[in-house]
Amino acid sequence: MDIERWLYSLPVRVRSFFHPDQVDQELKEELREHLAQQIQENVARGMSEQQARHSALRSLGGVTQIEQQCRDARGASFLEDFIQDLRYGFRQLGRSPGFSTLAILCLALGIGANAAVFSWVEGILFRPYPAVAHQERLFALAGTARGETGATELSWPDFLDLRRGCTLCEDSFVSKITGSTLSIGERAETARGSIVSANYFDAIGVHPILGRGFEPDEDAGSDSHPVVVISYQLWRDRFKGDPEIIGKMQRFNSVPHTIIGVAPPGFYGTFVGWAMQFWVPASMEETFESGGYKLEDRGARWIEAYVRLKPGVSHAQAQQEISAIAGRLETNYPATNRGRSIGLWPLWQTPFNNAGTLLPTLEVMVAVVAFVLLIACANVGNLLLVRSFARHHEMSIRLAIGASRVRLLKQLLTEGLILSALGTAGGLLAAYWCRHALVLLLPARSGVTMYLPGQIDARVMLWSAGICLIVTLMVGLIPALQARHLDLAGPLKTESSGVVGARGRAWMRSGLVVLQVCLSFILLVGAALLLESLDRIRTASPGFSTTSVVTTGVSLVAAGYDVPRARIFQNELMDRLRALPGVESAAFARVTPLGYGTYSSTPIAVDGYQPPLEERPAIDYNQVTPGYFATLGIPLLSGREFARTDDESAPLVAIVNRTMMTHYWGGQDPIGRRLQVKGRWAQVVGVAADSKYESMRETPRPFFYVPLRQDFVRAPVLHIRTSQPLPSMRAALVREVHALDPNLALYEMITLQEQVNRSTSPQLVAVTSVSILGGLALLLAGVGLYGVMSYTVAQSTRELGLRMALGAGAANLLRLVISRGLRLTAAGVIFGCIAALALTRLLGKLLYNVSPNDPWVFGLALAVMAMTAISACLLPAWRAARTDPARVLRN
Amino acid sequence: MSKPSDLVQGTLDMLILKILALQSLNGWAISQRLKQVSSEVLGVSDGSLYPALHKLEHRGWIRAQWKSSENNRRAKFYSLTRLGRKQLENETANWNRVSAAISGIVSLKEA
Repeated sequence: MDIERWLYSLPVRVRSFFHPDQVDQELKEELREHLAQQIQENVARGMSEQQARHSALRSLGGVTQIEQQCRDARGASFLEDFIQDLRYGFRQLGRSPGFSTLAILCLALGIGANAAVFSWVEGILFRPYPAVAHQERLFALAGTARGETGATELSWPDFLDLRRGCTLCEDSFVSKITGSTLSIGERAETARGSIVSANYFDAIGVHPILGRGFEPDEDAGSDSHPVVVISYQLWRDRFKGDPEIIGKMQRFNSVPHTIIGVAPPGFYGTFVGWAMQFWVPASMEETFESGGYKLEDRGARWIEAYVRLKPGVSHAQAQQEISAIAGRLETNYPATNRGRSIGLWPLWQTPFNNAGTLLPTLEVMVAVVAFVLLIACANVGNLLLVRSFARHHEMSIRLAIGASRVRLLKQLLTEGLILSALGTAGGLLAAYWCRHALVLLLPARSGVTMYLPGQIDARVMLWSAGICLIVTLMVGLIPALQARHLDLAGPLKTESSGVVGARGRAWMRSGLVVLQVCLSFILLVGAALLLESLDRIRTASPGFSTTSVVTTGVSLVAAGYDVPRARIFQNELMDRLRALPGVESAAFARVTPLGYGTYSSTPIAVDGYQPPLEERPAIDYNQVTPGYFATLGIPLLSGREFARTDDESAPLVAIVNRTMMTHYWGGQDPIGRRLQVKGRWAQVVGVAADSKYESMRETPRPFFYVPLRQDFVRAPVLHIRTSQPLPSMRAALVREVHALDPNLALYEMITLQEQVNRSTSPQLVAVTSVSILGGLALLLAGVGLYGVMSYTVAQSTRELGLRMALGAGAANLLRLVISRGLRLTAAGVIFGCIAALALTRLLGKLLYNVSPNDPWVFGLALAVMAMTAISACLLPAWRAARTDPARVLRN
Repeated sequence: MSKPSDLVQGTLDMLILKILALQSLNGWAISQRLKQVSSEVLGVSDGSLYPALHKLEHRGWIRAQWKSSENNRRAKFYSLTRLGRKQLENETANWNRVSAAISGIVSLKEA
């Protein structure tokens, strides 16, 4: 039955869909024929030719209406109407190109900002590793310490035990970022790579395009498997795409490695933010990491890892199992694992790469772009309202000749769809261009290829399509709400020009402007708060001097120095440095504060102090040389600095910070007391003031220092307090280093202020992006206000002319218009203030020492808003003031 | 002429099918026949005939062909399809049932 029906009706439907003109033409012919026959009939009945024609026409009715009814009856009319509306909509847009361009630009801006931010969210947080298989089941694995938030590294033995014990994990692998000097031919530079477990390439499902990945046993032993897989980019750029590369030797940190594979293009490793250039197995850890052989040391926490859960396993289930395993490890190895557990993070919260640091910023940006989109929509809505006024006449005529209101609504929505679809296309294009823009906001550092791609994939496209739909509804329905009030007879009677805007319409336009002002005020407050906290965090004292102290490193490990040679070199360089003009003091330290390096950590014991059970017994410390505190400008509260005599043969000594003194010795001077470090007792010889160690945001925490000579590392970081500018200091240092050994290279030299700036770069990203978007929002709101005011002035020329004729001066009119603009602004600001008071708390983590309700910030935002409003109103007000009363009254 | 009343709207389809069941006709002839058979009581305007024809054609109940009429003018002739014939049977049966019921009710004597 159904098939039979289609058999008959399908050809008809297809024809009326694809050849509507032909069908219409036939209908016209049919109707003409009808008339002809009717006339003939009428004449036969004895009417005159003219009478016959009139009578026939009367009995047939309106031809146009019949045609429309037939079109409706054909049923295909939905699509047909849509296409007709589409054509008509494009014609309409073409007729007012200024309006169309402005509207599409506004929407492209709003939608583009959304698409860009979502592509970043996708590419950085949710799908950061496009080449990696099943990343939706991938989770980050890191250590946790009881009573502390945040993550620590894992030890290799803990990782192996976890891998063995985890039944819910499909795969787990290590990927620890590292660096190396790389000399190929004449050029030497630093390269970034990862120390990985042997299963790395198999686990992530990435297959080298040349050669192989690692063999299962290649991550065991001490420096036993010098093999390396290099990135496609390194292979192409530095090895000129040599097809015979496999099996060739290349020095990494001066240890010859056999190149066994080339990773495929489009694979950048598994560290959000940085593009990796090489991968070595964990067995080569000593060559790349300071601190000796760590594969069998459960206390040495240095690795970062990922797990892929089995399909269907939830985060919570896996965390439960992993916590249980960590609990067993804690029981079995209390000396190293007490107070420690292991945590699982979704990729977008990965604690050890730029995903975690950018997360709060991206969260705020998602909210901000939603605001920008709303403002853009309000703007376009306003433009459409103004235009719908101009089209009032057209709409009424359409209603009068028989269009239904639903049909008009469809047409308005179609026009909205055209605008939003073009806006979305433009927006996606803009997002595509901006996909690498985030990198520009982060400070460049040498030897690192920053890689923070936006990912415009199916999910982002789908999301943008959703936004497009919402925008369509918004910009389509705003004028439609107006069309509801259309009254048939009015415009037909009075012609088009005499219609003064209905009260409802004016109210709506003002409402939209108030909304815009409100939203952009919120963004202004947010941007100002972030700016203020960036300023405070960059000028806050980290507890050490940031000016006139520079830091750098020498490639001792890379040059293959062993411990005795390194010791001699360090002493000799220190002597030469101190003799240099302009150098006040200099010192080595294992880790520079606020840098990426991780401090050594050890369980401690103190005479007479019984740690509560839940307290994490391990404390971070730094290995430093004499003069460290003077060089960094960290005040000593009591006791002394380390001396050259505190060497490997002398009794062990330590300097603790103030918080440690308060915590472990009850605030009493601990000089002369004992502290157990790595199982050996050391004597406390000094107390240093608290400073920042890993982050500007951290609260004071226990920390101590030991002499470098008593806990040696081969490649410490050099700190120099100098009055010389950085370039000449660097040149002088290079000279001294090369005088000692021409084969050594100097790493990047930066001031400690730069170090602080780099550690606060997420704040910088937040400030820059929110400021840019806030500026855009302000601009849009300004344009919106300007539009409404100009329109109001243009509409009330008559009233203005009358006022002038009755004696109002230009100044009065100027004031009249500006005060009306300011009233709208004030309403927006009041709503914005209320909303901002509730919303700015969400900036939470990004704020530093600034109250979310800081009155100065609100004041500043108010001032900027007021300035914008006044400048937006000036031109319309000036126009109002120039109204020529005589001309107006004549009209 | 005004729009046909609701009752007619519903039954117009059936009338057209019935007329076409006898012979295939063009639009004008159908309108003449409609006036004839309904004695102009139903008041179907010529205008509302064509949308109805288009609807029926789209449902696959009638089929249109361009033919030459008696006086050698091209005209669109409508004829019933097999599907239309079935539809007419259904509707006629329906109509008989409903009209019998209604006339039963209407002819009830007031108590």
